[in-house]
This record gives sequence, C-alpha cells and structure tokens, in this order.
Amino acid sequence: MTWTLVLALSAIAYVFKVTGLVIVGGRQLPAVVNRCLGLIPAALVSALIVNSTLGGDDGMVFDARAIGVAAAILVAARRAPLVVVIVTGAAITALARAAGIAV
Amino acid sequence: MTDVQPEVSVEDRSLAMSCAVLGAAVGVFGIAFGVGSVAAGGSVAMTCVMSLLVFTGASQFSAVSVIAAGGSTAAALGGASLLAARNAVYGLAMSRTLQGPLLSRLVAAQITIDESTAMSTAQEHPQSARSAFWWTGASVYVFWNLGTLIGALAGNAIDPEQFGLDAAFPAGFVAMVIPHLRHRNGRRAAAIGAVACAVTMPFLPAGVPILCASVGVLVGVKKP
Repeated sequence: MTWTLVLALSAIAYVFKVTGLVIVGGRQLPAVVNRCLGLIPAALVSALIVNSTLGGDDGMVFDARAIGVAAAILVAARRAPLVVVIVTGAAITALARAAGIAV
Repeated sequence: MTDVQPEVSVEDRSLAMSCAVLGAAVGVFGIAFGVGSVAAGGSVAMTCVMSLLVFTGASQFSAVSVIAAGGSTAAALGGASLLAARNAVYGLAMSRTLQGPLLSRLVAAQITIDESTAMSTAQEHPQSARSAFWWTGASVYVFWNLGTLIGALAGNAIDPEQFGLDAAFPAGFVAMVIPHLRHRNGRRAAAIGAVACAVTMPFLPAGVPILCASVGVLVGVKKP
C-alpha cells in the first residue's frame, strides 16, 4: 500500500465521476440518447444485484447471500419499504449462515 | 411569498430516513474497509485519505485486496479503475437531474456513486430525485468515512458477514430496481443487464461485468 496508489486512484475515480456529470451534463441530447440514459439504472442496478449476490474470488459463488437476497426479492415484490427489504436480506443471510446452510 | 412555509411532507421524511439508514449500513462496510486496509499495510492516514478522496467502495476494496494478496500498485490500480469507470455512466444518468452551477456539479461529482444514483433514479418527481441524491450522497460520505476511521483505528472489529451485512447491498439494490420495472423497456433493460452480468462474471475481471450490463440500455434505441 503506497501513497502513489491512494492518490492515483483518487484522481482516476474523480475523472470518471466528473466526466459524465459536468462535461456532458447540461447539454440538450437527442431523444434516443435520453431514452437510453433513462434505462441505465434499470440495466446497471439489476447487474449490481447479480454482482453483489454472486460475486466471489473465483467468478461466481452461491452462498448464504443468495438465500437472503431471494427473501429480499419476496418482500420487495410486496412493496415493503427499503429498510425492511435491507433488514430482511441481511437477517436471512445471517440466519442461513448461522444454521450452516450454503455458507 | 414570504408567508409560504417550506413544507416537509411525510414522503420527504421517509425518504430522508431511508437515505440515512442506507448510509449507516454503508458505514459498517467502511469499518470493514478500514480494518482491511490497515491489515494490507496501509497507514491510518492513507486509509482515511483513500476513503475521503477515492470514495467509491468497490474500487477501494478491490485495490486493497490486490495489495493484500501481494499484487503490485499497477495491478491494484487497474482493477480499481475498471470498477470506478461505471461512475462515469452514473454521472451521465444523473446529468439531467443535477443541473446547476458548475461548483455544485463539481461537488456532486464526488458523491456520484452506486447508492446515490440508485436512490435518486428510483424517485418519480425531479425534486425528490435531487433530494434523494444529495441526502444519500452526504449520508454515505459521512458514514463511510466515519466507519473507515473507526475500522483503521480498531485494526480488528466486527465481522460484517456474521451479521449478513454483505447481503445488505444486493437487498438494497433489489428495492431500488423495483420502480424501474413498471415499464416494459425498464423490465427488458433490467433483464438484459442482469443476464449480461451473470454470463460474463465467470471469466471477466471484477467490475467489468457491470460495464457489460450497459448493453441493456440499447432497448431504448427503438421508439416506444
């Protein structure tokens, strides 16, 4: 771990963040681009669910998280508030792990 | 118009509460990051500066895990940069919501991350979308950095996995994607994004499958 890593990564991360927001932001974009931009969260957030549920050191792993997230999907589909969905996901995962299921 | 009282609706309060809870959950991971970074040979100062300046959790975890496994600075930087690239896409998605003075957009850029973007784009009204972005971004920033400091100082703390907190992120993302599934194109984009990520995960480096998922937005090319 070096200061070079810390500072270089800081600069790279900020350049990525500022590019989309400031350099492109504010300009009038064609309708087709706006339609596609509006779909970014749907595509990426669903990918983040997959990535953070099944992500592991060797590509994909099925463990207790998958059980917890399945429970979270069930309560979310019943329009439970965000807090309830998160607590359900974490609690069921912890229980599955404690019970030794799919650790 | 001075007699008009600013009204905080029940919806606003519950939104602010959700943003705060999300921030607190992230704070626990900040503790884990602080512990891991110190264990990988980082000083308390390096660890805290990384959370203050880099401020994108997945990239930070990735960089520290590569160093901990004996990787070079370049290798650590490569993976972490790929993970950070998606923040450019989030900036694009947020650019319509966050218009204003350059200075406020330069500040907004620093907190343009998974949580603030997802929380903001889940709102129906533009004003709520702006509030959700700033509240979530600020709350995550405070808790992430506080958590990092506590973790770095403690050196060893709680095991987030024991409390199932590693499932808190995907569970939160599940709640956030629901509003996007109301329209047919949203459902298609979400399905394509999830499949693209799952299919590429086994063989692409961490972070890249998230970028691959952006092919899902192409369902918007055709007029509805």
